[in-house]
Order: sequence, then structure tokens, then C-alpha cells
Amino acid sequence: MSYNIFQIIKEGLKGNMGWVKTWRNPNIKKKYDVIIIGGGGHGLATAFYLAKEFNIKNIAVLEKNWIGGGNVGRNTTIIRSNYMLNENEAFYEFSLKLWEGLEKQINYNAMVSQRGVLNIFHSDAQKDSFIRRGNSMIINGADAELYDLNKIKSIYPFLDYQNARFPIKGGLFQKRGGTVRHDAVAWGYAHAADKLGVDIFQNCEVNNFKFKSGSCVGVETNRGFIKANKVGCAVAGSTSLLLSKADMVLPIESHVLQAFVSESIKPIIPGVITFGAGHFYISQSDKGGLVFGGDIDGYNSYAQRGNLDILEDVCESGLALMPSISKARLLRMWGGVMDMTMDGSPIIDKTHIKGLYMNAGWCYGGFKATPASGWCFAHLIAKDYSHSLSENFKLDRFKNGYMIDEKGQGAQPNLH
Amino acid sequence: MGEFIYYGDASLLKRPKWDDKNAEDKFYKYLYLRKNIAGIHKELWFHQQGDRSWLVVTRNTKNHEILKVELATEVVKGLDK
Ligand SMILES: Cc1cc2nc3c(=O)[nH]c(=O)nc-3n(C[C@H](O)[C@H](O)[C@H](O)COP(=O)(O)OP(=O)(O)OC[C@H]3O[C@@H](n4cnc5c(N)ncnc54)[C@H](O)[C@@H]3O)c2cc1C
Repeated sequence: MSYNIFQIIKEGLKGNMGWVKTWRNPNIKKKYDVIIIGGGGHGLATAFYLAKEFNIKNIAVLEKNWIGGGNVGRNTTIIRSNYMLNENEAFYEFSLKLWEGLEKQINYNAMVSQRGVLNIFHSDAQKDSFIRRGNSMIINGADAELYDLNKIKSIYPFLDYQNARFPIKGGLFQKRGGTVRHDAVAWGYAHAADKLGVDIFQNCEVNNFKFKSGSCVGVETNRGFIKANKVGCAVAGSTSLLLSKADMVLPIESHVLQAFVSESIKPIIPGVITFGAGHFYISQSDKGGLVFGGDIDGYNSYAQRGNLDILEDVCESGLALMPSISKARLLRMWGGVMDMTMDGSPIIDKTHIKGLYMNAGWCYGGFKATPASGWCFAHLIAKDYSHSLSENFKLDRFKNGYMIDEKGQGAQPNLH
Repeated sequence: MGEFIYYGDASLLKRPKWDDKNAEDKFYKYLYLRKNIAGIHKELWFHQQGDRSWLVVTRNTKNHEILKVELATEVVKGLDK
């Protein structure tokens, strides 16, 4: 079913009895050309682009829980392309361009809202480094603007301009950045992939792979064995667990990241704001809730829930930037399990096993990457060589010394 | 931030020697590769805001339960033997 204004009017007149499910619930076939493990944003986007751009028809997505229950439905919904290193920036800018046309392509309202992302700086040295990043963005075809203090005061009057310890000196602004309704991205890709014939299975957990003379020939699931020519893994925080079945030890640690939402208040925050002297970012949802977050909890965890010391740290940073939010009450908080790599950058690559591909290491920033990640992973699976935008995201970079360390922090995930 | 700071998998105590055979490969594995276990995990913590000791903590990564805490210096002595 297509979603459009005529359908809404027609259904309105018929008492909304004619809507069908957003995607089918088909029977599992014995064999697929491609199986994607993980029905998060990246897995579903991969399946969609495989069918749409790379003309592969017989595809299944296997999700152990429900669609939208992983990080794709847990993140703080920010999209942007404000990286400095060329390896990252070109890729994320491609992603932002795909976001811009996404809703038409998948025929689904994902509430893509380019409300702008402002990164505030607090010292002259930080200003220099932000300018450098802005230039790098512009070279890669993205947009970046330098905001001085007066401009920031006029747009964001509610920030604390009296803070002696962390004075606001200006900001790097990306107008095309913004937010997207996260779970609608999962539903939208699922809807569009399903329309192209992709079979999506929920409550279908992959427990093992089947190998035959060095090739992956299928997967063992709680719903039986399914044959496949090619298998792509896009399971975010569970990557190490899944690929340990293929005897792989990866440069990844799984860490918890939390998100926080306040009660609904009247519109106050235009766009996304990040604090440059601590780790804090905030935006306001269309329902009025302040959506904010900060650092990962900082230790290995598969618990999908975080601890209170991070809440305290995030709130302290928030109050240093916007004291007025001290009166807002916290309504909800939750955690997601992040696949943190040792250099903070992702991996889209083949594995040592023929027919087995991996897409992982998205750390706390993989939501904005969803369209480009899906596209590049689909390219790799379909053509057996990397898309030019993801050819640096290879696993052997750690061995060869070509790390993509955006912050220059070194091999420790809780510093990225 | 917190009183204790996390440093990573306790396998970091077993640093390869520079003149080991295949030292390059060993250092690559030591520095970058992690088992990333779901369950009982041995890991290093630093008591930063306290006595500044290094600890080996045995913790369940599925529910955060702490099962055992040892001084890293003691654990290393055991490794040397
Ligand atoms: C609190 C929080 C805030 C964040 N904020 C942002 C942000 O503002 N901007 C941004 O760009 N990114 C953000 N991120 C990161 C982003 O959400 C993730 O990097 C991204 O969603 C990961 O890709 P995914 O959507 O495919 O993951 P997921 O949705 O987690 O998909 C992986 C799926 O694989 C399934 N799976 C696992 N193992 C198996 C198995 N064996 N068999 C079958 N299925 C399996 C899981 O159930 C899961 O549904 C945030 C993350 C969190 C937790």
C-alpha cells in the first residue's frame, strides 16, 4: 500500500478500515540470495538498497526482537555531517544527502527535520579547531557556518552567557543537520523493502552460521536453518557475540549509551545544540520533550540500561550551558548497547569467510549514517568490492595502522 | 568523573615483549582486539578519586553485578609465576 493524501481521504471516508500492515509477515523460504542479520536501521536500509539499487530480489532480514527495538529506536535522533577527517566526512555527507530525499524514496514520513546543529566553542583554541573542521566539511561538499557570539545570543537567548568557567565564544553551525523520527526510519525502510519483495522476520534469532569448505552457506535460527548465498551482519552492539561464531575477535567493545527525555514544555530550543566544554547535546522533540544525552557509561555492558553517575554528569553539563532546564522534570531514560571500535570509526567489510559480510562499529553515531551505511553495505554484498565511500572502513586498518581516529584519542573506546 | 575509571579488558596486563617472536602481530592483538564477552568479564579499573590503585574487577556485563575485586599488582604477581 502507498501512503498519500488520497489514501488518507479514502480511508477517512471508510472509517479507516482498509489500512493493511506496514509490512507482510511471510513464511520463511528455504533459501535466499542474501540474508541480512539484524533488523535495525542499517540492516533494513541494506535490504532496501540491495533490492532498489542493486537489483537483488530474494532477500530476507532476520531480527531477533521486534523492528525498531534496537538502537535505531533508542537514539537521540540527530543527523549531521560535521566530521573533519576526509574518510568520514565524504561518507557522512553522502548520508545527509540521502536523508534529504529519503521520505520520497521510501514513501514514509520519517519527520526528517533539518533544524540545524550548533556546536558551541568556549576558547580560542577550540574556535581554531572548529574552523578547521568547518573548512574540511566545506571541502567535502557539506555546509558549515561560523557563528559569532552576537549571532548565537540572538538565536539562542536562553543559554548562559555569564558562565566564567566555560564562556560561550561562538559556534560552528550546520544548517542542514537536524533530527529524524528514529523509529519511523526503521518502519519506513521496512515498509519500502517489503514492497520490493524483501521478507522481514521478527522474533527470528540467528544462533550460528553454517560453513561449507570455507564459505558461509546459511544460518541456524530459532526458527530453523535457512540457506543463503550471502549473509550480511548488521547487529550493532551484538556484533562481537555473533561473529565469535565465525571465530572472529574484533576491535570492538560493547558499551551502554543513555538517552534522557524531559516532560513536554513549550517550544524553546531551535535545532540541536552541543556543549563544547563537556559532553552534552540537546534538542526538543515535536511533542515538546527536551531530548538530551552525553557520554557513554564507559565500561563494557550488554545490559541495555545505564547508571546514575552519567545522568548526574550529563545534567551538570546541561546546567552549565542552559541553567533554565533545571526546572524541567526528567520523564524517561533508557540505554542502548553500542558497538564501540578502537578508533571510533565504523567497519563495513568482508570477513575471512567467503559470503559473510559485516557492518559494525557505529559507536554512538550510527543513526545519521543509516542511509549511507545501508547503501555502501548493499554495494559490498552485491558487487563483492567496497563502495568508494566506505573503502577506508576496513577491518585490517587496525593491523596496518590506518586508523580513522576523528578525535585523535587512541585505542580506548571510552575516550571516543 | 566517577570515583573509578574503566580501562578495559584485564588481558591488558599481559603485555607482549618487544622482542617476542611475531611481536608486531602480538601488539596488534593486544592493543586492538577484544573478546568483548557477554557475561563474566575480568577488567581493569583505576581508583582515580581514591587511593589510585589499579584493580582487576570480575563483573557480569549482562547485569553489572560485581563478583570479585583484586589488586592488579597481586594479579600480575600471579601471572609472572
Ligand atoms: C542512547 C543513544 C543515543 C544515540 N544517539 C545518536 C544520535 O543522536 N545520532 C546518531 O547518529 N546516532 C546515535 N546513536 C547511535 C545509533 O543509534 C546506532 O549507531 C545505530 O542505530 C546502530 O545501527 P542499527 O540501527 O542497525 O542498530 P540496531 O537498531 O541496534 O539494530 C541491530 C539489530 O540486530 C538485532 N540482533 C542482534 N543480534 C541478533 C541475532 N543474533 N539475530 C538476529 N538479530 C539480532 C538486534 O535485536 C537489533 O534490532 C545513539 C545510540 C544510543 C543507544
